[in-house]
Amino acid sequence: MDALTFAVQLLNGLQYGLVLFLVASGLTLVFGILGVINLAHGAFYMLGAYLAWWIAAYTGSFMLALIGGVAISFVLGLLLEEIFVKRMIGRDHLAQVLLSFGLILVIDEVRQILFGKDVHSVAPPAWLKGSIQLTDILSYPVYRIALCVVCLVLAALIFFVIQRTRLGMIIRAGAENRDMTRALGIPFDKVNRYVFAGGIALAALGGILVSPISTVFPGMGDGMLILSFVVVVLGGIGSVAGAAIGALMIGLTDTFGKVFFPQFSSILIYVLMAGILLWRPNGLMGKGN
Amino acid sequence: MIRLHPTMLRGLVALTLIAAAALPLLAPNYYVQFASKAMLMGMVALSLNLVVGYGGLVSLCHAAFFGLAGYMLGFMTPESGGASFWLSLPVALLAVAVVAAIIGALSLRTRGIYFIMVTLAFGEMLFYLFHDTKIGGGSDGMYIYFKPEIALAGFPLIDLEKSSNFYWLVLAMLVGAILLMTAIVKSPFGHALQAARDNEKRALSLGFPVFRLRLVAFVVSAVIAGLAGYLSAAQFGFVAPQMLGWHLSATVLVMVVLGGMSSVLGPVIGAFALIGLEEILKSSFEHWKLIKGLIIIAIVFALPGGIRQLAELVLPRRGDEGPPAAGTPADGTPDPAIRRAEAPGTNPQAQTRGEFQHV
Repeated sequence: MDALTFAVQLLNGLQYGLVLFLVASGLTLVFGILGVINLAHGAFYMLGAYLAWWIAAYTGSFMLALIGGVAISFVLGLLLEEIFVKRMIGRDHLAQVLLSFGLILVIDEVRQILFGKDVHSVAPPAWLKGSIQLTDILSYPVYRIALCVVCLVLAALIFFVIQRTRLGMIIRAGAENRDMTRALGIPFDKVNRYVFAGGIALAALGGILVSPISTVFPGMGDGMLILSFVVVVLGGIGSVAGAAIGALMIGLTDTFGKVFFPQFSSILIYVLMAGILLWRPNGLMGKGN
Repeated sequence: MIRLHPTMLRGLVALTLIAAAALPLLAPNYYVQFASKAMLMGMVALSLNLVVGYGGLVSLCHAAFFGLAGYMLGFMTPESGGASFWLSLPVALLAVAVVAAIIGALSLRTRGIYFIMVTLAFGEMLFYLFHDTKIGGGSDGMYIYFKPEIALAGFPLIDLEKSSNFYWLVLAMLVGAILLMTAIVKSPFGHALQAARDNEKRALSLGFPVFRLRLVAFVVSAVIAGLAGYLSAAQFGFVAPQMLGWHLSATVLVMVVLGGMSSVLGPVIGAFALIGLEEILKSSFEHWKLIKGLIIIAIVFALPGGIRQLAELVLPRRGDEGPPAAGTPADGTPDPAIRRAEAPGTNPQAQTRGEFQHV
């Protein structure tokens, strides 16, 4: 492998890791702050991609699909929090697992009714089409570079919100000690709702952003859910920084694994997870190691 | 609690067994095969309950053990005839035990949400192993053209190609699994496992090897799930990666909760109920999964105690006379899910299960 191919693969790995981070950060925040395990997270990733395809097919605009898809998912998240998830806080994990499994079946079937089960692709916006010619045979799509930039900006935004704003302070306080935060009179329940809806929107955003570079298909959420779980296990529950480290590790492992051991690349990720579990059972940035 | 007099209970059990054994003589073939399938799902639910109900650990990888044993039968069935039952079954179960011991040893280092995620991830690892590589026919799966042969010294004993014979074998295995599980739950090992579920710290300070107890429970449970998977692969003559997928694990978990976690028999009944319900939904609605999903959500909110709670709402309450029914634990503890529904927030298990109260 020459240096240029290596650089391209490195970029692919980083870009994959960044998308994973978007999705997994939503998951880890919902875990950390609401204490609710949401298996339906992947379903929203899939739903986001289908929404993007649907809106883009009607309007012809990827940007509208992006905004519309995220907005719909956010509202859906608010509704679900109000109807179901609110009642799940403090209940045992088994009930949460079953509820989110039920939601997956419902979301999958509603998607089937609304959008069918065909495989689709979404065109990137016109000004991001084309690719940069690196050598005679090697080129890199502009959209992938733009995707990296967008993800980096969003990651910075997430860190800024959590570390530097009042909302972030409440989120961190809630993750540390929920009851104490509530006892101090902080409107934590309202924050819960926005965190859940935000997490769902992040999952959908991940699905929308990858829709131009990969296909939109019914099972896409399942794979993403498992990978997000691995990221959270690697990074530690509730830790956004941990999710960033975990996501980049998985992204790079998967990309280079596919290059070197094509058949066993998906196994490699779990070997990595097993190793981390042996070393730090609560994740790299998790508490109580 | 619904409690029956011991004599009545024994009579009921005997009647059920006779009726179950007579089914192939009375019912058409379709129902015999359907009953075999339901009993195999009941066996998986029964096995999962050892970990979830008695161990207090929500595992989402039992389908992987179920499917792995099925694939093992597939690998060991030659192209010209059936595999030897006496050889292929132990090898398949041994393979499941080894894999379960490795996955269990790694997963049991974690608690609560982590445990759920880690078991899910390892289960999916096996799914992708069979899905992405060519060892088991990839995503297409593989056919098992011949059922295993049960022979003694070269003479065939039972012809499993006949669906009634296969049904009786499954029935015998299920009864065996129920008896084994009852013995485990009532043994000192079972009591220690439940003690560790109720209060891990106390069990540890009393000197119980909690990690080892849970690992043994995990492996035993995986092997029983594997037995069901082996028989299931033999029944349908086909294995596919979906057999290992986590959607099956979650469905089995629904069966366990539906039937009630506090008894050995509950999950089996839950499995029958869910399989029967699915069959009815499938034949009546195109989008039956939507209804299945809504039913699961309804169970979580309205019926956390499962079918037993429903029965208690419908049937008049009986007094507490007489010993507890065979299905309930020896100490007569009510279903933890019911206890939870009655007194939210006061469940002692919440402390051992909720890992957000960092120590």
